[in-house]
Amino acid sequence: MKFINYLEKVSGVDIFGLTSLLIFFLFFVVMLTWVFKTKKKSYQEISRIPLDN
Amino acid sequence: MQVEKFYYDNKIVKAFGIATIIFGVVGMLAGLWAAIQIYYPAISLNLAPTTFGRLRPLHTNAIIFAFVGNASFAGIYYSLQRLCKARLFNDKLSWLHFWGWQAIIAAAAVTLLMGMTTGKEYAELEWPIDIAITLIWVVFGINMFGTILKRRERHLYVAIWFYIATWVTVAMLHIVNSMEIPVSLTKSYSMYAGVQDALVQWWYGHNAVAFFLTTPVLGLMYYFLPKAANRPVYSYRLSIIHFWALIFLYIWAGPHHLLYTSLPDWAQSLGTVFSIMLIAPSWGGMLNGLFTLRGAWDKVREDPVLKFMVVAITCYGMSTLEGPLLSLKNINAISHFTDWTIAHVHIGGLGWNGFIAFAILYYMIPRMWGTKLYSNKLATNHFWLGTIGIILYAVPMYWAGFEQASMWKQFTPEGQLKFQFLETVTNLVPMYVARSVGGLLYLTGALMMVVNLYKTIASGKFIPDEAAEAPALVKEAPHKEYWHRVLERKPVTMLVLSLVLVAIGGLVQMIPTFLVKENIPTIASVKPYTPLELQGRDIYIREGCYTCHSQMVRPFRDEVARYGEYSKAGEFVYDHPFQWGSKRTGPDLARVGGKYPDSWHYNHMYDPRSMSPGSLMPQYVWLLDNALDTSSTPAKIRAMQTLGVPYPDGYDQVANRDLMHQADSIVGNLKKDKIETPANAEIVALIAYLQRVGRDIKLEPKQQPLAENK
Repeated sequence: MKFINYLEKVSGVDIFGLTSLLIFFLFFVVMLTWVFKTKKKSYQEISRIPLDN
Repeated sequence: MQVEKFYYDNKIVKAFGIATIIFGVVGMLAGLWAAIQIYYPAISLNLAPTTFGRLRPLHTNAIIFAFVGNASFAGIYYSLQRLCKARLFNDKLSWLHFWGWQAIIAAAAVTLLMGMTTGKEYAELEWPIDIAITLIWVVFGINMFGTILKRRERHLYVAIWFYIATWVTVAMLHIVNSMEIPVSLTKSYSMYAGVQDALVQWWYGHNAVAFFLTTPVLGLMYYFLPKAANRPVYSYRLSIIHFWALIFLYIWAGPHHLLYTSLPDWAQSLGTVFSIMLIAPSWGGMLNGLFTLRGAWDKVREDPVLKFMVVAITCYGMSTLEGPLLSLKNINAISHFTDWTIAHVHIGGLGWNGFIAFAILYYMIPRMWGTKLYSNKLATNHFWLGTIGIILYAVPMYWAGFEQASMWKQFTPEGQLKFQFLETVTNLVPMYVARSVGGLLYLTGALMMVVNLYKTIASGKFIPDEAAEAPALVKEAPHKEYWHRVLERKPVTMLVLSLVLVAIGGLVQMIPTFLVKENIPTIASVKPYTPLELQGRDIYIREGCYTCHSQMVRPFRDEVARYGEYSKAGEFVYDHPFQWGSKRTGPDLARVGGKYPDSWHYNHMYDPRSMSPGSLMPQYVWLLDNALDTSSTPAKIRAMQTLGVPYPDGYDQVANRDLMHQADSIVGNLKKDKIETPANAEIVALIAYLQRVGRDIKLEPKQQPLAENK
């Protein structure tokens, strides 16, 4: 028996699929936004931390 | 601004460093010994503790938890102090962490050789040691977070993020996978059974690779590579993407270890999809590492530390490309259960983990002793021996894996299997020999490092407390800034976010399998093991039979022809723990029950070559002499009842009566073939178990084909 049969019996199961996709999509959108909005200069400072000791 | 003076603790780094060297050599020796046993079984010495099934878990646990574990702790404690500009939080905790971890390793070595094992790969240690690991892990966590909280550097450098993710995820994995019901001080049963146990185990197994062997080591790479090259990492932006994408995606990929098994199909697909996506962050990390050396490749020619780093990072890239490819069902159908897997893990183990460990030792030790490395030339020779060793190890294993899988799948024009299983194994002996030569070269290189570091230490003077100074961290006046900058300064928030991220992946895999009952279709004819079979099964687990024999017939034409009906999820509902295995050095045993007479098994255990000439299986002579400990039967039955195995109430009291009854009937069978054995010999219990494996389903009345297709 395919698993989808049991999934389909759950009421309002669509929301799970949608939520998963949304979490997944938003995760990368948020991450990439922050990564590319941050100034290059601040990256340069932080990336020198190991070298300054 | 007020400048504060403080001291870095080098003593704890020294202790973990020395432990790394010792356990590295021990773990590699165990590996070499086990590798030689595969083509020369007599080197097991016919002793239970030194036979492959017990030596192999010792090798894997020693390399993962003792060698790479100690190396990671050494590197983390060295870099964390310097990245936080603060001494470790508490010296007492540091030493508790150190001695606790070494005590766990010692206990693991003794118990594994004595055959005390849970039978779950890389989580073989029994429950008291599992608890000790949890406690020491908490000590490590407090020490790390304490250091981070008292730091003098505002920003948490990316290496520290990797350390935080390591800590939180390993804690989660270890606790969830080690849920077990104790039977005695040295024996427990996994709380999960069959398919669920397999899913949890490989969720753990896969992510132990991800979060014990990869993330801490990536953290080390992000610290030691810029240090050794004396330039910042190629792209800090990329390192952030690398981090979040890696920990988000990794946790989902575990089911790719169970392709074509009885695991529900949707979970297998989930594993495949996430594995393919993992290529992106992994390669981002590799390129970030290699590009850091742009314009500095001349240094690679001079500096052995960088040489090791370059090969390590390349091996990281190769095995993280290979991993996703092996997760494709069509490739996995060839690679799985063969030596291809062994080749794959050793690219990671020897290349990535081993070489990073060597690199950081070559980096830290001269500096902590205020001197120069004794001999760059010796280190370069180590590098070349190691590199050639890896190639000599991996190439024959790839060949062996591919060739064996091809032989398994060949049919004659008449439709018969072309090769006996044994032929496909004996054919690989030259490859096994070449592999052990590769391992020997690698070990020789490591011994050269021991000499080199010993001489280095002798020529310098140890600096136990290294002076440093930095301004105290003052509270910044509030001003508008981008939110992730805020996050970067909040280690605890970071910890919680990482946990949420990895927990989502774990829950999505497990909840449906656990909650949806229909997910594992029950088979009415599958019954619990009899007491004698249960005892026999525990002997099977004790001797580590699962290290060479699978119990999982995949739905392939050749496997069904060779072994019998393919395995169904419902067959394993009473298997605490599951014993599907991951490698077939010997044939699959899922349908071995009833295949041979009892006397065949008796003779085969005494000397496998008397029954199958040319077999590479070790002798299990002690099973013929050891008396079965039946005093444990009631406790075992009760533990199984707790786990929901339907033995009748009060059965624990009468179980031994049934046990002796069944043993007598096996003794009777053996007598007919002129074999005299006492009914309480361990071999009798093992025969009972082997004769039961995979038989229940044959009692199932034939189903309507229509019902099956629904």
